[in-house]
Amino acid sequence: MTGPALQLRNIHKRYGTTNALSGAALAVEWGEIHALLGENGAGKSTLLRIAGGLERADRGSIEVDGSPATIRSPRDARRLGIGMVHQHPTSIPSLTVADNMALTAGWPVRPAEVRERVARLSGELGLPIDPDAYAGRLPVVLKQRLEILKALAASARILLLDEPTAVLAPIEAAELLTVLRKFAAAGNAVVIVTHKLREAISESQRVTVLRHGSVTFTGRSDSESSESLYRAMLGSDAAVAPAPARRIPPADSAPAIRVQALDVARDGRYGIALRGAALAVFPGEIVGIAAIEGSGQRELMRAVAGLVHPLRGVLDVRSPVAFIPEDRTTEGLIPSLSLAENVVLGMGAAAPGVNGALVSWKHVAAGTADLVDRFGIVAAGPDAPAGSLSGGNQQKLVLARALAGVPPVIVAENPTRGLDVAAAAEIHRRLRAAADGGAAVLFHSSDLDEVVLVADRLVVVNGGTLREPAERNRELIGRMMIGAA
Amino acid sequence: MAGVGRLREYAVPALIVAGAIAALAAALGIAGYDPELALGALWRGSVGSFDAFASGTLVRAVPLIIIALGFALALRGGMLNIGAEGQFLAGAVAATWLGTHLAGWPALLAIPATWLVALAAGLLWIVVPVVLRVKYGVLEVITTLLLNFVAEALVSFMVQGPLQEQTGIYPQSDPIAEAARLPLLPGTRLHLGIGVALILAVVLWFFFARTLAGFRLLAAGSGPRAAALAGRIDVTRMAALALLVSGALAGLAGATEVGGVSYALYPNLSPGYGFTAIAVALLARLHPPAIVVTGILFGALETGAGAMQRDAGIPAVVVQAVEAAIILALLLADARTHRGRAYAGAAA
Amino acid sequence: MSDGIELVAGFLAASVRVATPLLLAATGETLAERSGVINLGIEGSMLAGALAAAIGSTAGGPASGLLAAIAAGAALAALFAAVSVHAGADQIIAGTAVTLGAVGITGAAYRSFYGTGGAGLSIPTLGPVEIPLLAKVPVIGPALFAQPVTTYFAVALVPCVWWLLFRTRPGLALRAAGESAEGARAAGVRVRAARTAAVIAGGALAGLAGATLVLAQVGTFSERMTAGRGFIAIAIVVLGRWHPVGILAAALFFGAATALQFVFQASGVGVPYQLFLVLPYVLALLGLAGAVGRVRAPRDLGRREAT
Repeated sequence: MTGPALQLRNIHKRYGTTNALSGAALAVEWGEIHALLGENGAGKSTLLRIAGGLERADRGSIEVDGSPATIRSPRDARRLGIGMVHQHPTSIPSLTVADNMALTAGWPVRPAEVRERVARLSGELGLPIDPDAYAGRLPVVLKQRLEILKALAASARILLLDEPTAVLAPIEAAELLTVLRKFAAAGNAVVIVTHKLREAISESQRVTVLRHGSVTFTGRSDSESSESLYRAMLGSDAAVAPAPARRIPPADSAPAIRVQALDVARDGRYGIALRGAALAVFPGEIVGIAAIEGSGQRELMRAVAGLVHPLRGVLDVRSPVAFIPEDRTTEGLIPSLSLAENVVLGMGAAAPGVNGALVSWKHVAAGTADLVDRFGIVAAGPDAPAGSLSGGNQQKLVLARALAGVPPVIVAENPTRGLDVAAAAEIHRRLRAAADGGAAVLFHSSDLDEVVLVADRLVVVNGGTLREPAERNRELIGRMMIGAA
Repeated sequence: MAGVGRLREYAVPALIVAGAIAALAAALGIAGYDPELALGALWRGSVGSFDAFASGTLVRAVPLIIIALGFALALRGGMLNIGAEGQFLAGAVAATWLGTHLAGWPALLAIPATWLVALAAGLLWIVVPVVLRVKYGVLEVITTLLLNFVAEALVSFMVQGPLQEQTGIYPQSDPIAEAARLPLLPGTRLHLGIGVALILAVVLWFFFARTLAGFRLLAAGSGPRAAALAGRIDVTRMAALALLVSGALAGLAGATEVGGVSYALYPNLSPGYGFTAIAVALLARLHPPAIVVTGILFGALETGAGAMQRDAGIPAVVVQAVEAAIILALLLADARTHRGRAYAGAAA
Repeated sequence: MSDGIELVAGFLAASVRVATPLLLAATGETLAERSGVINLGIEGSMLAGALAAAIGSTAGGPASGLLAAIAAGAALAALFAAVSVHAGADQIIAGTAVTLGAVGITGAAYRSFYGTGGAGLSIPTLGPVEIPLLAKVPVIGPALFAQPVTTYFAVALVPCVWWLLFRTRPGLALRAAGESAEGARAAGVRVRAARTAAVIAGGALAGLAGATLVLAQVGTFSERMTAGRGFIAIAIVVLGRWHPVGILAAALFFGAATALQFVFQASGVGVPYQLFLVLPYVLALLGLAGAVGRVRAPRDLGRREAT
């Protein structure tokens, strides 16, 4: 070995008017797991994508194993022994595991031979998988396993992973990290992008912290206290968000959401996603749902929001329900339409400026400007397209629109996904304020820590069954999430 | 939308049209024709005189405007109706059939009656594609295109069968009753259809710009998932309704053409109105008042092309190549300015 | 040989002859659609190919006609690819415009070349190539073994395209681009290049389809002579489930449906001929209605590429 496994120097990258990276750097040694830590929007994914050949830096240099390298495409990266695992699976759902592997690895398309190569590789790495299964039908854990196998298929020695544990339950995440540790210990190099401080400290040898596209810290991860890493991530003026007050719901009030023996069909497919669910949410409380992807929580929330009809059971929900969907750019907002139009979209006949069947866009604009003010949304004006807003401001718009009518029930599905800490805290505060005002809030985040932070009370959904944990214990809940407790 | 954006929105189409006509002149020059003679004929034949404008250009614009309004309505809801040609013919067949049976009726009843059957026939002609789309997800594009050919065969069958003129010699229908013919502007061949086109444009403008339903249609077309989830809009129903109305409007255009221009059913009744209307609607950014303008523009182009064929010996079909060039140039220009933005989104 | 057998033999031969251009165009469109692009412009490519074949064959014999047709079809497809694949414009509108433009250009060019008299029957055409012995087999011999060279080519293309799609890396990349542009890109596939290549190859085959119409079927060119065969080819792609073998079967079925009219005309049954004229279109509609639910289009088909 002639030098560090991977070295990126003085990387600059601009998107339009935004500087995603300004002089960022990363140095990864052979044999180590290197954590790339930062807030959402700090530039960590961009830096990783540049190393993986998916983006090209405007300026800067890359060295692999001590020699200057030009990485123009994923193909180039693969030739240099760099494999990449994306945050969301990139496998082609309608192709088999074997076809996906052949596509990424550039193997000749000879079915028997490809199948045999997949079997050999998965055996060597201790990551078993069925080569003839269709990628789209694999459970989440196996989908990710396929991503890792693909990344390593062309004998990669440097593995880049973007938020690999985000979709996994704690035990599954631990198993993954064990595989990565073994891989690194064999003299290879691993880079993990994460925004979870605890994960960065416990799982890596060294850590690089990005903030606003520049490096604010790099060094051994155990030499730093979590406090100083936290400051490197958020800036010196960052205040640690106070834990919300927990309250006991008033026992005498009637529940705003009452669910009994509820069965709901799987969203968009055959089968039953939720069986015999029972739940009561009272005015003034936030109930958090802990679950890994595809456990049935999505169907539960959408049934409560009145968007899907349950197969059977009792579903008694006060109306109107404010629903905050998971994906704000495709489910919450229409990016090509203006803020004002998006307000009418969400509020319909209740929107300012709408009078029965008629719309006065002048009055809609005035009402929208008022919401923009009250919720501190940063936007050029009510006529600006929603797509021009930052993620945080888009979510504030969704929230403003949902809360404008003071709804008795709020259903929020991953409302802080992709937001930075400050924006997420703002969303939490608004939800808490709504609960204080008497709303019953049903809240889900794929980040268990966030559910624990925000919720007054927790329920766990696993395999279509809803249960309440005996105690508020992170480890117990984590095991319940994968059906191990 | 800001003033500059609005200006730009219409400056680009204007430049494209100018460029396309210049390109046509250049191409004609290269092909050995006399561009000056050709463009002169184009001008004289379309807008050179009041008669050319009223009896030629505006008459030609009527079906274009009516069909383009329907196309814009459907596309606002995210649906493409490129089978207007077939719906137009279906409407023409229905209007002719009824129109030949209305001798002795008062015009006040006869004319609306032909319109109603033509609307129904146009609607009927698009029902199958809509049902296939809604129930089974079959691309309405292919089915409506296939039905265009069925409609052509239907016309061919009608003028040689049930609707053939009494002598049984010519492949055309008997003329429709006087009562079913549209009143003309005195001294011209401009018929009442222009009034229908203008009223429809105003109605659609109001629907798009001032009603909640009109906005919901836009939302359904611009972001179907968000429209369904955040807007609780029945996106499928919206889109289906928009398609049905657009089919009905194309059928109505068939009635105004028979009632105001041909007075009878012929094969080749439509010189491709259904396709030209696509260019009309896109060039107008789906904006109803602008559709009136672009409809007249294309009416002028096609009428002038006829004069060009007579006076300069240039085949009139060349105008379809000009229309195609305009559509393609417009697609290219839009892709450069706002990439990925849905067409429907540009029409608020 | 009795009249009945002769009629059946004639019907089979006509079916194969009519199926040939449909098979060529549908096979080409399969490549485009498997890569994620629906090209309604193949109707235009066919029409341009037909005229180019007429002109080319008149000038330099059938071989020149075939080459000119391929070039013309590919050129229109390249125009379509530039607008839809590279600029990311709506594929349906772009394809419709290309077809519309082809109608205009071929109409104008045809009248310029041949005047009002038309092309007549002076175009050198492709005669049948009889395969020794086999062509003499009763009933099926003339249908399968005494066809123009283009028919043999179209049939030979079926296993070739199957092999390309399912047994080669470019084929796998092409299918990946059609199923998920994003996933394909992450795997290192140059999605736009793949789609452009597929669309142009599809246009070339559509041009060839137009040539067979002129040189091996009708013998002359007339305006709008393709009469929606390109659109029927698109329906055939759906009915054939985007699979070369399925498309062969669907194309033969449509060939037979169209050839029925010759049989009925010969037998003098008193049914309006328009009924036979619409038969292929109506069958395509029924087929589309019946095929859906059981078949699945490439997932990213028609979707504009995000950049």
